[in-house]
Amino acid sequence: MPTVEAFIAANRFGLGARQGSLSGLARDPQGWLLRQLGTADGALPHLRNLPQSQDVLAEFLRLRGDREARIRFRKERARPLYRREMAQRTIASIKTDTPFRERLVHFWGNHFTVSVSKSKLRPLVGAFEREAIRPHVMGKFATMLNAVTRHPAMLLYLDNNLSVGPNSRAGLRWDRGLNENFAREILELHTLGVGGGYGQADVIAFAKILTGWSVGNDRRGNPGAFTFFENRHEPGEKRLLGKKYHEAGVEEGNAVLRDLARAPATARFIATKLARHFVADDPPASAVDALERVYRSTDGDLGALARALVDLPEAWRDPLAKVKTPNELVLSAYRLLGPPDQPRRMLGPLRLLGQVPFSAPSPAGWPDRAEGWIGPESVLRRIELMGLLAKRRAGRIDPSGMADAAFGPVAAAETVTAVRRAESRREALALVLSSREFQRR
Amino acid sequence: MSTRRQFIFQAAGASLVTTAGLPGLALAAAPTDRRLLLVILRGGMDGLSALPPYGDPSYEDLRGNLGIARPNNADGALKLDGFFGLHPALEPLHRFYEREEFLPIHAVAIPQRTRSHFDAQDVLENGATRAHKTPDGWLNRALRTLQAGDNRLGLAVGYAVPPVLRGAVPVASWAPATLPPSAPALLDKLARLYDGDPVFSPALAEGRRAQEMTGKLLGNRTMKRGNLRSPGRFKALSSAAGRLLAAEDGARVGVIEMGGWDTHANQGAHEGRLARNLSILANGLAALPEQLGPVWRKTAVIVTTEFGRTVRMNGTRGTDHGTAGAAFLLGGAVAGGRVAARWPGLASEALFQNRDLAPTSDLRGLFKTVLRDHMGINPAILDREIFPDSAGATPPPGRLIRA
Repeated sequence: MPTVEAFIAANRFGLGARQGSLSGLARDPQGWLLRQLGTADGALPHLRNLPQSQDVLAEFLRLRGDREARIRFRKERARPLYRREMAQRTIASIKTDTPFRERLVHFWGNHFTVSVSKSKLRPLVGAFEREAIRPHVMGKFATMLNAVTRHPAMLLYLDNNLSVGPNSRAGLRWDRGLNENFAREILELHTLGVGGGYGQADVIAFAKILTGWSVGNDRRGNPGAFTFFENRHEPGEKRLLGKKYHEAGVEEGNAVLRDLARAPATARFIATKLARHFVADDPPASAVDALERVYRSTDGDLGALARALVDLPEAWRDPLAKVKTPNELVLSAYRLLGPPDQPRRMLGPLRLLGQVPFSAPSPAGWPDRAEGWIGPESVLRRIELMGLLAKRRAGRIDPSGMADAAFGPVAAAETVTAVRRAESRREALALVLSSREFQRR
Repeated sequence: MSTRRQFIFQAAGASLVTTAGLPGLALAAAPTDRRLLLVILRGGMDGLSALPPYGDPSYEDLRGNLGIARPNNADGALKLDGFFGLHPALEPLHRFYEREEFLPIHAVAIPQRTRSHFDAQDVLENGATRAHKTPDGWLNRALRTLQAGDNRLGLAVGYAVPPVLRGAVPVASWAPATLPPSAPALLDKLARLYDGDPVFSPALAEGRRAQEMTGKLLGNRTMKRGNLRSPGRFKALSSAAGRLLAAEDGARVGVIEMGGWDTHANQGAHEGRLARNLSILANGLAALPEQLGPVWRKTAVIVTTEFGRTVRMNGTRGTDHGTAGAAFLLGGAVAGGRVAARWPGLASEALFQNRDLAPTSDLRGLFKTVLRDHMGINPAILDREIFPDSAGATPPPGRLIRA
């Protein structure tokens, strides 16, 4: 007998119920969630045969000077690879048996946003998530932070490959200097958060510390992979957030990242974002406090935080507190109805709703509040899209059964009645997918 | 503290009661026939490139490779008042300057000193002295005064309503359609199912209202999908905004957004990344008179950005986040043909923290003046409600709106 808790486990924590799954979950929804954190990552079988970012990038870098070859690369290698990555990632999200874990991958990937708004990142974004985010989702925040900060996709996205210490050997020889972008976004978006207590001087100090953190190319360093260029590194002692960092090459950055991961402001920032994602747009202080305590007492153990989320009583109270983002809406529809016959059809709906994966407009990533997604225009768009899905799939299913499978335990009487009394199967399914019970989690 | 969502619910609840079951448009004429279009450039547009102050003795040295040459040089600035020039990529706006319908503004900034995009945009849009001080935007608060009855006087062009337009007053929004519209019967049923949902119910109601209105004005034009803030979309959005605002019984205040202005690397000078975006901006704006038709002479367009950029080039041939920047006023109602700026100069003592152009006018002063002189909003309400604690907000000098 499906329960409200089963619904919450499948939709709030998971990526949407599949047919028949709610009954199975009902016995032990929390256990179902916790087990996913310990077993193998259910998405991995669907992410095979995808290249490493280093290989792709090295291949591109070898085309130095050959404009024609580079254009061909973008057209024949980069774009098809991006489409393949997106398709496989979407299939993985639909088919995975560890959707809670998958949701966490998406959460952290959004926290550490990289975006194809910088088009040269197109062949790298999928690999970034597979290499720097996914393996660390149950580990320490500090480990993920370091992996992300040294990943070529992030270094290129936030321009650190161009940053050179003004007093470094390279800085004195060439006419190049410091770029603050990377340092600022790490402080503001990845660790301490906007009010986190850093100032302009800290941004500059951190930028200096991070000089040399770059990507090797065909002439220097490890092609397509993280390389620390000593000759670009700003010499001297730096002072950041009241602490002195002695000159120590790449170790300066490693030390700062460790310190940032441990900072109370970071604990608070991460706790707030997690609570916002899993409880409510304006999360109750009790939830944020609880998560913050876990962060601090476990030194930023993301697995412990995931378990703490399951333990939060606040997360189990209001089954429809959050509004699904376009990503969540489309994935949950596919999980319920099954994936589209043609893989190339998968991204279309996301494009129509304005949330193609890895295309966030800024390093802050996608918004996690209802008002970031729902307006007079976008709600019509959602309904039109769900109507199109309904048109394509209605022939083979039983809408009332679908409604039950998707949100039986929380369905309002009016919704059940409306679906039952619909004029056609198509309208019934459109109602199911557009109902507030399906649009929320 | 109320959340934005609660604001929308409270207001929408009230208006739905009075208009339930009534299709489409306003019952009473709108209280003003003036039009206001706010164009938000997200990312921090480099004002020193858009409006190069070549008359300043420090300009050339400080800007280095980012500098724009004086007028009458190849790829040089276009002449405005002899001190400030117009970036050559903004050439489509030059004839507006000659017709006195374009008022460039310089050395203007938000009241808070912050170099965070998110905080700065928040201040730009919330109309307060600091970020996160109010849950609603100043333009929504202004609509409270302008709004009479159920007219949807505010219009957001894009997927979600930008913070400047969020608040108690319901607004319309429009984005290009690429899917066939839903059957009215389906929408009726969903409206009943959404009843009571604080987010979906008002959004659907407003969406249907706007759809009727815009269907009449724009037909069923479709557009390719994607990020509506990307520069490539600007022309289509500004065209739509122009045509929608032209309607007699439609919106009076519109907001559109354009991104791509955060030029940290390889900004370029007379050509390059920034120049391309300026060109897109200028072409979009220059088409507005045609779309607005006779209403153009009653229109004011404010083009604004959250901050300017550093005076000196950074280490990656670009600029970092700065402080004061440029803004534009454009329109038949604008008192243009000069550059409005209290120029602090670019000498090192005059720079803000030795890196940025110092602000001498407050963007709130600009917004207040336009709302007062163009939209006829009472100054006391502007000071008390729409822009709290703004008594000290210096507007740009001189008359901004034609008498």
